[in-house]
Amino acid sequence: MIVLEKRPQPSKAWSYATPLVAVLATMVFGGILFAILGKNPIQAIGTIFWEPLFGEFAFYYRPQLLVKGAPLVLIAIGLSLGFRAGIWNIGAEGQYIMGAIFGAGAGLAFYPLDAFYVFPIMVIAGAFGGWLWAAIPAFLKVRFGTNEILVSLMLVYVAEQMLASVSLGLLKNPEGFGFPGSRNLQSYESAHNAELIAGSGMHWGVVTALIAVIFAYVLLNRHMLGFHIRLTGEAPRAAKFAGVNPARLILFCLGMSGALAGLAGMFEVAGPSGQVSIDFNVGYGFTAIIVAFLGRLHPVGILLAGGLMALTYIGGEIAQSQLGLPAAAIQVFQGMLLFFLLAFDLLTNYRIRAARNEVA
Amino acid sequence: MKFTSLLAGAAMVLGLATGAVAQDKTKVGFVYVGPVGDGGWTYEHDKGRLAVEKEFGDKVETVFVESVPEGPDAERVMTQMALEGADLIFTTSFGYMDPTINVAKKFPNVKFEHATGYKTAPNVSVYSARFYEGRAVQGHIAGKMTESNIIGYIGSYPIPEVIRGINSAYIHAKKVNPDVEFKIIWAYTWFDPAKEADAATVLIEQGADVILQHTDSTAPQAAAQEAGNVITFGQASDMSEYAPKPRVSSIIDNWAPYYIARTQAVMDGSWETVNTWDGIKEGMVEIGEISDAVPADIKEEALAMTAAMAAGEYHPFTGPIKKQDGSDWLAEGETADDGTLAGMNFYVEGLEGEIPQ
Repeated sequence: MIVLEKRPQPSKAWSYATPLVAVLATMVFGGILFAILGKNPIQAIGTIFWEPLFGEFAFYYRPQLLVKGAPLVLIAIGLSLGFRAGIWNIGAEGQYIMGAIFGAGAGLAFYPLDAFYVFPIMVIAGAFGGWLWAAIPAFLKVRFGTNEILVSLMLVYVAEQMLASVSLGLLKNPEGFGFPGSRNLQSYESAHNAELIAGSGMHWGVVTALIAVIFAYVLLNRHMLGFHIRLTGEAPRAAKFAGVNPARLILFCLGMSGALAGLAGMFEVAGPSGQVSIDFNVGYGFTAIIVAFLGRLHPVGILLAGGLMALTYIGGEIAQSQLGLPAAAIQVFQGMLLFFLLAFDLLTNYRIRAARNEVA
Repeated sequence: MKFTSLLAGAAMVLGLATGAVAQDKTKVGFVYVGPVGDGGWTYEHDKGRLAVEKEFGDKVETVFVESVPEGPDAERVMTQMALEGADLIFTTSFGYMDPTINVAKKFPNVKFEHATGYKTAPNVSVYSARFYEGRAVQGHIAGKMTESNIIGYIGSYPIPEVIRGINSAYIHAKKVNPDVEFKIIWAYTWFDPAKEADAATVLIEQGADVILQHTDSTAPQAAAQEAGNVITFGQASDMSEYAPKPRVSSIIDNWAPYYIARTQAVMDGSWETVNTWDGIKEGMVEIGEISDAVPADIKEEALAMTAAMAAGEYHPFTGPIKKQDGSDWLAEGETADDGTLAGMNFYVEGLEGEIPQ
């Protein structure tokens, strides 16, 4: 018989190993799934993980990994700060939308002015929009003790309604023949978040994501505030004795994650997407939660996890068109990744032992 | 082959993309907004794809990617298809408009066909069907058959195509039943079975005994079946699994002939930018079999109206028609021009509520 025995201390080795084991297990079970669907599993897994990086058209896919991964990393970094302290912002998707609305709105307000300061103003507006949307659950939690999980999640749906409303009204393209959606910011040079080097995929959002990774690392490891965040998550009572102000921490963590999600939305709307439209959001805010946990809430881990997630998206699309794999199979494959991660996480805190045969 | 594609790759990096390399098989790509199993919109486009495969056999290769969000993801999927040598790419949702134009610029030798949009380019055609002709038939049957005089309508997005459908259905329902009232719910999605089912349930609870939908799944049909005594119409596809009731008829989008013709044009080298808007007459819009749940006389009238549109004798938007605000739109006997219809952003007189702004 097998029993689980709680480890006196979480295993360091396992906490690093579980993401890798989870990826391997996903490959094995994903391969079995693909085989059942009648596809060659080695070829399918190979297509997903190999083609985007080293395949014939990698020169196009590698930059796309940055484009797809940057918003995930940027949002996940913000979320990880709160998650570490036990503050659960589930509404990054809504903050992402608000960042896009504020950012694009600020840019379009200047249309067609050609000036260097338009884009920086949009960046500030985007961060502000996201911060504002996250400040609502933060304020309500501090003031009235409401549950930030529920409030932030519900505000996603409010943000989606706002997005539909501005796409149809306030920000609608006056030259769009009555169709919903704003002007395309890609064709408004002062507001366009263009690639810094053509064909590299490197836009300001990617740069910001990398900066965020470095800042989060320094904050968590070298700064008093970072220490307080970690302390609150790991030992709330000790944090209290250490004089951590919980209200301040809540406002900081939620506000920061909101601002970063808002930035991600702003860079997306001004760059790859180009347009505020009803369908603008495609779930980055929710996927970033997976990325944050896949990366062990560690800045460097999140960077790698964001890259991996982007890889499965892009590789998954290639597998669809080259091998005819259904989209649902790719989604199951991505879901497996989180499932196995959580499952193997058990081994960090518990060890498996063969129990002696005692009569129960 | 390897060398030429390497060249193509190099050219792309230099911003001088040449697009697909020469090959013997014509490769046709399809980008879908929903899953091929949605039973509606995407399902019919995929039937068109299969028809292309059947028609040309070994001479053609088709690829598709389903459930592609409208935005940068769509752009990447199209680029990927073009890089892998597609000669012709059908992008089958309104929201793919700007991505299609962007990608088409990078691959001048690849032909693109965008469904339901309005932006064309030297290598981008647009095509759509006159679904509003089918809506006229629906409106007639719905107006005659409703007992509560409340007709529920599940709108997707408030874009001209959808508003046109609402107007057309309303005009023809009102014509045969002056007491009829339309309740409209905007779902803001093309495909979301849960949301669509919720919308249908809400409408039924508000007294609607006819549900019309402009969304892609069969969920509203299932909701109507469960409620009992509610009738529906198949949308985009026949949805005959819900016949004879609740589904009493349907609008079927038949893309196959168009897809075959355009593929042929690419093969012949005769492909040109066109703006296609075909209806019942050309066979792009079909009325699915009217079931026995519809009384024979109503069925006959519906068939007569269909025949009149097929013969080009009847236009669903024939005056006198006023706009919602009471201003005149079409005078007695006047028919709407395509320009106004294409950009339709107003309700006709009698409809309640506002188009979301």
